[in-house]
Amino acid sequence: MTFNWPFKKQPEYPDFWLEYLNCFKNKNSTDIDMSRFIAFDTETTGFDRKEDRVLSIGAVSFVGKTIEVNNSLELYLEQDVFKAETVKIHGLMKNGSLEKVSELEAIKTFLEYIKNDVLIAHHASFDRNMINEMLSRHGLGKLKNKFIDTGILYKKSLHIIYQDNTKPYTLDYLCKELHVPTVDRHTATGDALITAFVFLKILSRLDKRKHLNWGYLLNR
Amino acid sequence: MKNSIAERVNDFLKNYPPFNLLKNEDLLKISTQVSIIYLEKGDTLFKKGDSFNHHFYMVRNGGIALLHTTPNNIQEIINISDAGDVFGVRPLIAKEDYRLTAVANEESIVYGIPINIFETVTNNNAEVYKFLITAFATNSYDPYTAEETGKIFGDYLPNNSQDIVNFQTANYTKKPITCKISSSLKDAATKMSNNKIGCIIVVDDHKNPVGIITNSDIKNKIATGLFPIETPVSNIMNAPVITSKKDLTVADGQLQMIKHNIGHLCITKDGTVNSKLIGVLTHHDVLVTLGNNPSVILKEIKRAKRTKKLRVARLKAKTLIKSYLEQNIPLSHIVKLISQINDAVTIRAIEIALKKMPTPPPVPFSWMAIGSQGRKEQLLFTDQDNAIVFQDVDEDQYEDTQAYFLELAKLVTKSLNKIGFEYCEADMMASNIEWCKSISEWKSQFSSWILNPDDKAILLSSIFFDFNSVYGDKDLIEDLSNSIYNALDESALFFKFLGRDALKNPSPLGLFKQFVFEKNDEEKDLFNIKSRALMPLIDAARLLVLSKKIKGINNTSERFEKLAEIEPNNKELYESCSYAFKALSKFKTKQGLLHNNSGKFIKIESLSKEEQLKLKRCFKPISEIQETLKLRFDLKNFM
Repeated sequence: MTFNWPFKKQPEYPDFWLEYLNCFKNKNSTDIDMSRFIAFDTETTGFDRKEDRVLSIGAVSFVGKTIEVNNSLELYLEQDVFKAETVKIHGLMKNGSLEKVSELEAIKTFLEYIKNDVLIAHHASFDRNMINEMLSRHGLGKLKNKFIDTGILYKKSLHIIYQDNTKPYTLDYLCKELHVPTVDRHTATGDALITAFVFLKILSRLDKRKHLNWGYLLNR
Repeated sequence: MKNSIAERVNDFLKNYPPFNLLKNEDLLKISTQVSIIYLEKGDTLFKKGDSFNHHFYMVRNGGIALLHTTPNNIQEIINISDAGDVFGVRPLIAKEDYRLTAVANEESIVYGIPINIFETVTNNNAEVYKFLITAFATNSYDPYTAEETGKIFGDYLPNNSQDIVNFQTANYTKKPITCKISSSLKDAATKMSNNKIGCIIVVDDHKNPVGIITNSDIKNKIATGLFPIETPVSNIMNAPVITSKKDLTVADGQLQMIKHNIGHLCITKDGTVNSKLIGVLTHHDVLVTLGNNPSVILKEIKRAKRTKKLRVARLKAKTLIKSYLEQNIPLSHIVKLISQINDAVTIRAIEIALKKMPTPPPVPFSWMAIGSQGRKEQLLFTDQDNAIVFQDVDEDQYEDTQAYFLELAKLVTKSLNKIGFEYCEADMMASNIEWCKSISEWKSQFSSWILNPDDKAILLSSIFFDFNSVYGDKDLIEDLSNSIYNALDESALFFKFLGRDALKNPSPLGLFKQFVFEKNDEEKDLFNIKSRALMPLIDAARLLVLSKKIKGINNTSERFEKLAEIEPNNKELYESCSYAFKALSKFKTKQGLLHNNSGKFIKIESLSKEEQLKLKRCFKPISEIQETLKLRFDLKNFM
């Protein structure tokens, strides 16, 4: 039995959101090798979280070191906001031929895909903010998943004498350092796959005995 | 729904057989179902005996080694698949368990192609299957081709130190140096000198051995004036020679040598003097095979022409340490010996690398060992820590000069790695542009650490201040050392920082005399003997030695002994520190040998009460020396 506070109206959440919340009642695997990770990336019309919109979401999932191609996610969103100047970066045109979905549809698919698994993104706070804005536009709460930022993780993985606060540790920089080929850079799915490789390569460089635990991976 | 990744997989697959034989829409069906697998170097994809799975594989990046397991459990590399090669096809062709093992030979990305989908789209495509069967035949194990590939991949084959020691067939020199019967002694001696060998075999026109000349013949018959140096070799050679067949055992070889009182045995095709010479077994070879004698190991290192030989020699040293420890030979002696061997290995690796360089070094340089190798405290294989200092050059020459030494350093660090010295986790190696500099650059580097100490500088100092020239121009190192002591005069703050660093790990003897364990979850019951016990002593010794301007002593226990000598009122403390350090090192080494690792983490529960007590006794000097540092460098308010 639930007690409803008389003065505050409980929002009417859609089923998919309740289902998403429900996922978090299950505990994640404690074993890193057995855990499902989602590497994702968004392409947007710009960097302003209020004004700009998500045009595309790409994600790949993996358990252990295997990425299943047929289990990747690639969404293109219908948006009214359009900025010509960012087209040259992401290549997504207003009336391109790609099959597009509504923002709400995208949210639904994305949440069903990620469940309660750990999310990995490069400079994750940006993508997290963009998705959270999207959720709030539709009256939903924030993402509840745990996040790993590959930029921060990479820097942390360096021996202290090589950490450099003046370096931005961009995705391109990491790809160069870790020899990850930059195929399909600046498409959401391409960047998601690149981020997954970057993550796996950082993991492989960590001292397995000292660092391969959730405390190290998730702590900022 | 659009799937960009599948498109990219498709773009790759379509370039390589058998996928280039498929129609594009069929290939796309496969591409969407591919698994992308990331493998670290050494990861196993499938093992011999594993039941077949639902994929076969294509290498996307890197290389996958296919290994055959011999009946006595040795792994032989059959093939290494590169980008675009398919492997693991047995389940597709034969639906059988794997007979080979697939291991990443380097960091790799592999595409797993689902067999059922592949079969549906390629149904009865004869061309495709012809290709796959060929690929299958090339990669499957076949003893006849293995002999061939064994040669190609010989360098990569693992060697077990135990096998080498117990090796039963004599390992003779396969390309003996020879001279003709008509040569002059002078020519023969020149040949011997060029090849750095002590004997030469005289052969007739059929290449049959007819005589032998050794160093002692030259000493006894030429240097005494008995014969002129132009005399024909036939005048002074020992004849006839003693011969043997090629498959003789070490014991047989030794027996023959004792019987005939000779140091060299000629190996011929049919074992008689009337057939072609194919090798020479020397007394030295026998000793080398039999094994564990440091001077033999050192000689072997000096003569090694390839990295592989160095590896074998260094593995023997490991066996040697084991037996020395069992025989309770003093640790300081073992350490000295092993550092000698490590230095010799490094020197030889540098010499081999220099031969591979297109030109000799543009200017004099020195190869420095730093960290524990610099302190000559390495017992087991540890990380490589090294650096290069080279003579100053004009500014416009700098980049090229540095590039030369970086290239050299890459060759050396690679072969040291092959020998068994892991790459340094923090990349503190001469192959890193930061640690390969001219003498002036090094001087300013050190003085900036000394004059502007911060945590980073201290961390680096603790590694670089224990430098030691292993190879090359010693004057450069002397020069560097002098400039450091001059800079030290100008900075009292630096000593405080070093002092603080030496105290960063509290003495392991806790309040209730309990062991202080590591906080980290996974190391809960492990005691880190390196950081908790050895490092405080190493750091303290370095600081004291620097502050007293004692030059040229890098070894921690020797540093304490020297300090005891010049500071008689603290003699007892310093001596107990020196003792504790040796005892702790020995402890770590034994643990490392026991568990085949660095011995850094010790499971306290696994120790006997007596061992626990012994260990605790070593902790007392640690806390005392830490107190001394606190007072001497006035660190109370600096912590």
